[in-house]
Amino acid sequence: MQLAKEVKYLIHKEMLLEWRSKYTINGVLLYVVSTIFTCYLSFVSLGDKLTWNALFWVIMLFASINGVSKSFLQENKGQQLYSYVLASPAAVLISKTIYNTLLMLVLTTIALGFYTLVFDTFTPPDLILYYVAVIMGAISFSTVFTMVSAIASKAGNGGMLMAILSFPVIIPVLILLIKLAKNAVDGLPWENSYDEIGMLLIVNVMTVVASLLLFPYLWRD
Amino acid sequence: MKKTWWKILASSLVVYSAIAGLLLGVPHLAILNETIRNLYFHVPMWFAMIVLFSISVFASILSLYRHDKTVVQKDKKIGFYTRTINWIWTKIYDPTKNYDLRAVESVNAGIVFGILGLITGAVWAKYTWGQFWSFDPKQNFAAISILLYFAYLVLRNSIDEEQKRAKISAIYNIFAFPMMVVLLFVLPRLKDSLHPGNGGNPGFNSYDLDSRMRMVFYPACLGWILIGYWVYSIRYRIRSIENKQQHNS
Repeated sequence: MQLAKEVKYLIHKEMLLEWRSKYTINGVLLYVVSTIFTCYLSFVSLGDKLTWNALFWVIMLFASINGVSKSFLQENKGQQLYSYVLASPAAVLISKTIYNTLLMLVLTTIALGFYTLVFDTFTPPDLILYYVAVIMGAISFSTVFTMVSAIASKAGNGGMLMAILSFPVIIPVLILLIKLAKNAVDGLPWENSYDEIGMLLIVNVMTVVASLLLFPYLWRD
Repeated sequence: MKKTWWKILASSLVVYSAIAGLLLGVPHLAILNETIRNLYFHVPMWFAMIVLFSISVFASILSLYRHDKTVVQKDKKIGFYTRTINWIWTKIYDPTKNYDLRAVESVNAGIVFGILGLITGAVWAKYTWGQFWSFDPKQNFAAISILLYFAYLVLRNSIDEEQKRAKISAIYNIFAFPMMVVLLFVLPRLKDSLHPGNGGNPGFNSYDLDSRMRMVFYPACLGWILIGYWVYSIRYRIRSIENKQQHNS
């Protein structure tokens, strides 16, 4: 119960901090929108549905790396020490992961909306399944990137290390996501996608368990 | 002699598998023809790599345990379960050994085997699939899993402080290992691959791995795994001597 209370307070803190500055959400939103717009200017139209799908995930990948990596890289040593004294490491990690998931959900929803608006030459026939893929993507990106950003922030030099460390870890997840999204784009029945959804859930549970086991060691300096 | 018997065994097994693998008879299958002999040289590389990476993860877990030890002893009210785990750990854990060096050297040796596995696979693919690299899922995932370990080495080099480097890189190593398992063993089964054993292609372990091939294949695997372990132990000893010299000077 102590843990749930701490998690609640920490999420509240994160949201309050974000609400005051609105830096991350606005920054990443602007990033996504301008990336989509740049893609629109260079592609003009995407007739091919596979390209449509692939481009969306590439944009999402980079946007979420930028968005989620803020969570630990942004905090200075003093802030980290402060939450280290006040809360358990598990609470810190869980709260960050949940907060990042919420952030990514808002972000990906807006991004998907804007993306379908700009590239309106094609819309997935099974939009609900596509949205399920997007939700799964938001969850898996935030679980993986939260832990990797914690590692990168402890290692010192943030930006480049974050990209190097997270890409090989995220690629298997991304492959599953693109496969799932492709099922939606092709309009296949839902039965064909249960494998991917189950696999993604398993990978996520595995990542969260590994993070929870390892984070206390990382947290303690 | 007591400590060298397995090295002699490893070398003789590898020499045997090279000679017997090229000379003994193999089943004649369409397309594969004589390239089936690559089984003796390609697959053992991956086995050796997996074993070395597993050693590395194990060493990383032990090197993290070093940090945990002091905390566990402070806590007096520990249950039976924790006590049992602690007892097992104290049996395995040897505080005089540098587990961080073990982890990195087994990764170094494992990467060499991984690259050799990729090369032998690519050469084989040239003669059966027509291209060295045809972006087959199995090739891609193997390459990505090696990238994971390159990222691990880059992460190590980015941190100067020794204790911190040991801790953070151990954490990344343990975090990345399940992903590598997913990449190498789970994802290729979901994708269509030309690789033997995938997507309805005959695997070497089904009907066409006959008793003649088993006579060479199993010794080759054992031999290469032992050679991998040998390489790793030599590298580890060199590194720990270098480490000692650095600390003394």
